Amino acid sequence: ERSGAGRGGSAMDAPSAAGLGGADPQLQRFIEVETQKQRFQQLVHQMTELCWEKCMDKPGPKLDSRAETCFVNCVERFIDTSQFILNRLEQTQKSKSAFSESLSD
Amino acid sequence: GMESGFGSDFGSGGGGGGKLDPGLIMEQVKVQIAVANAQELLQRMTDKCFRKCIGKPGGALDNSEQVRTGGRSGDPRASSSGLPLRLCVPQKCIAMCMDRYMDSWNTVSRAYNSRLQRERANM
Repeated sequence: ERSGAGRGGSAMDAPSAAGLGGADPQLQRFIEVETQKQRFQQLVHQMTELCWEKCMDKPGPKLDSRAETCFVNCVERFIDTSQFILNRLEQTQKSKSAFSESLSD
Repeated sequence: GMESGFGSDFGSGGGGGGKLDPGLIMEQVKVQIAVANAQELLQRMTDKCFRKCIGKPGGALDNSEQVRTGGRSGDPRASSSGLPLRLCVPQKCIAMCMDRYMDSWNTVSRAYNSRLQRERANM
């Protein structure tokens, strides 16, 4: 089961919880769950900050529907961007040319 | 008081034995995580609302922006809104900004959650 923005990207995988929590399976499970929750929270913090800049002009008495739509779109585009970046990095690393050369776009 | 950071000694609550109570550890960790998240939110909200509401810092705000609650008698407790006095900031702007930031945060959280559900359904 995957969480977060990335689809593949083995280099980006978090270390497994097997080393943490020792032999206690309950602790291990707890760490896995909490780590996943934290990844989610961190991304919400980050996206809220970024999307605020794009979507919030002047804070009013409530969040109007245009701003709300903007935030929703912004989240989708951010995840799309993140996935694209991961996929492309994977591809450029797999190809024969040196990594730094392929970044000359 | 609550210990900060993850390096605190959890073992001392065990009462003599060397055994650590996993339930206790988990509860303490959850609390620390919640505190860290609240701090994160506060920090970013403060940054954003400062940017939205405060123009050139210093004395340049016009009087309509500065709302000093109570304060005539000089008694710090004599405030109708319960807000601290003598904070030279546009309190209404900041209060509104805080609420909108929370609304935004919740909207983003829902949208991200929906996206994750969709991704899982497509796998």
